[in-house]
Amino acid sequence: MPNKTDVFIAKNLTCTFGHGKKMVKAIDDIAFTIADQEIVSLVGGSACGKSVLAKIMLDLIIPTSGTFLYNGAPIKDQRSHWREVQPVFQDPFSCFNQFFTIRSQLKSSFGILKEKPSKKEMEERVDQALLAVNIKPPEIEDKYPFELSGGQMQRMLLARIFILRPKVLIADEPTSMVDACVRANILDYLMKLKEELKMTIVFITHDIGLAYYVSDRLFIMHKGKIVEQGTPDEVTLTPKNEHTRILLDDIPDIHKQWIVR
Amino acid sequence: MPIFEVDNLSLHYLTRFGDKVPAVSGVSFSMEKGEVLGIAGESGCGKSTLVNGCMGLFIPPLNPTSGDVRVAGESIMGRTPKDIRKNVLGRKVAMIPQGAFNSLNPTRKIKDLAADMVASHEQGVNKKEIYNRLRERFDLIGMDTETVLNAYPIQLTAGTRQRCVIGISTLLNPQVVIADEPTSALDVSTQKSVIKMIFDLLEKGIFSSMIFITHELPLLRHVADRIAVMYAGEFAEVGTTQQVIFDSRHPYTKALMGAMLSAEPGQKQKKPTAIEGAPPNLAKPIVGCRFAERCPVARPDCKTTTQVMRMVGGREVRCAYAE
Repeated sequence: MPNKTDVFIAKNLTCTFGHGKKMVKAIDDIAFTIADQEIVSLVGGSACGKSVLAKIMLDLIIPTSGTFLYNGAPIKDQRSHWREVQPVFQDPFSCFNQFFTIRSQLKSSFGILKEKPSKKEMEERVDQALLAVNIKPPEIEDKYPFELSGGQMQRMLLARIFILRPKVLIADEPTSMVDACVRANILDYLMKLKEELKMTIVFITHDIGLAYYVSDRLFIMHKGKIVEQGTPDEVTLTPKNEHTRILLDDIPDIHKQWIVR
Repeated sequence: MPIFEVDNLSLHYLTRFGDKVPAVSGVSFSMEKGEVLGIAGESGCGKSTLVNGCMGLFIPPLNPTSGDVRVAGESIMGRTPKDIRKNVLGRKVAMIPQGAFNSLNPTRKIKDLAADMVASHEQGVNKKEIYNRLRERFDLIGMDTETVLNAYPIQLTAGTRQRCVIGISTLLNPQVVIADEPTSALDVSTQKSVIKMIFDLLEKGIFSSMIFITHELPLLRHVADRIAVMYAGEFAEVGTTQQVIFDSRHPYTKALMGAMLSAEPGQKQKKPTAIEGAPPNLAKPIVGCRFAERCPVARPDCKTTTQVMRMVGGREVRCAYAE
């Protein structure tokens, strides 16, 4: 996408864990740019470094070397970064505290903002956010996280995004814990978020089918490197890299031969 | 004779107020030797409850309401959990659980865990003998035997852990294996290798038939011979894989197919359609078709008449208007 400012720029980015012989290169000298209002998917198998990259984007991990810029400048402090960049994680149950009601936790997310709105406005914004993810506010009145289903909880995480209205959303496997019907639902809400809030979305998944459906651009990762990138059609229809081909072949598709029995 | 039969099985949960919540109602199926039955359905439809029922393992609050489960003609209902664990689980019916993280003790080596399992089923076997059997089996399924057996779960990858769980749970050569979402926590490449291994075991005759539970219809299309689609505790459609996937008749099966995603040309324009609403609350008595509230083609009388299984196009469908 030309003529748009880049949200993230990475050059020679490397992130290692451990020392000496046991050193693991989680991110190995990669470079990429992510443009404003673009949906980019990071696709790869387990342990390919996709979640580490997500954590670097959220400033939860500091890269070992290389440059990583957000809106053209290095990330300074976490709190101001988190006003603009927010995550949706895989397991919603580990994101909410069991001992507080969901509504109070949704309200507490206003704490990250510089100026807290008035109490009345807070309530209104929470109600709007709940309606946006198709949950009637009385449905979760006085409810605790364990009283809701996985699909409902995942929508609560999305409601948080509606409340905070960040510029960038990092979605780390947001649908891997829910079933196929709920997955279609969650994806609809993600698209709605993008339309309404004009967000940039970084979508992390191991399912290239899912990535194909949601994104403008795909990054295929393997062992800490981005081995292929391009539009969904380029990558899925004419894969150039061997790892992309393996990822495509390993998806059980109803029309293709998968395993020989 | 069928190797595994479930006859009109109904199960309920007993709440602490004494209310019965029917989680599975009137499920019947039978399996021949070598057959793989797939069970599909969304979260909370009763798949995992049915698994517990199929093992004959009733731990409160789960209780059987009616029906029978037979392994090679022998009923496994009405036994104590202790008896079931000792004589049925592992030998007749084995279970492959969902997350290998939760099934392996983090403080014990894989070989010790397996030795415990064998020792609790067979009296008077010594450790050496068990280890030898274990090595033989792990060699057979193509694992790096020595490293894996002497490792703690934390030292292994998720895929290897899941393979260990499968190897250990089929060690006593069970007749029926119930796999409850065995690959849902794994990435696509690991999923493929784990599924391959399960079928390798089936081919080599370690176990003779399998119930495979998942919500991924594309996966079921490749692993199952027959598919049962479950909704709100009942089977909605039961037929061969070809019939259910490519020629589905029940509105719910059709809706499930619509919610599927795949990386194909033209799929990007074709939106996956989510099913509106949520499954019914089973704690309240349900009148009429259980899917009527969410059904796109429901007619007025669907909400009042209870649906029964009937034959449509060579398979069983629980819908009066399916053609």
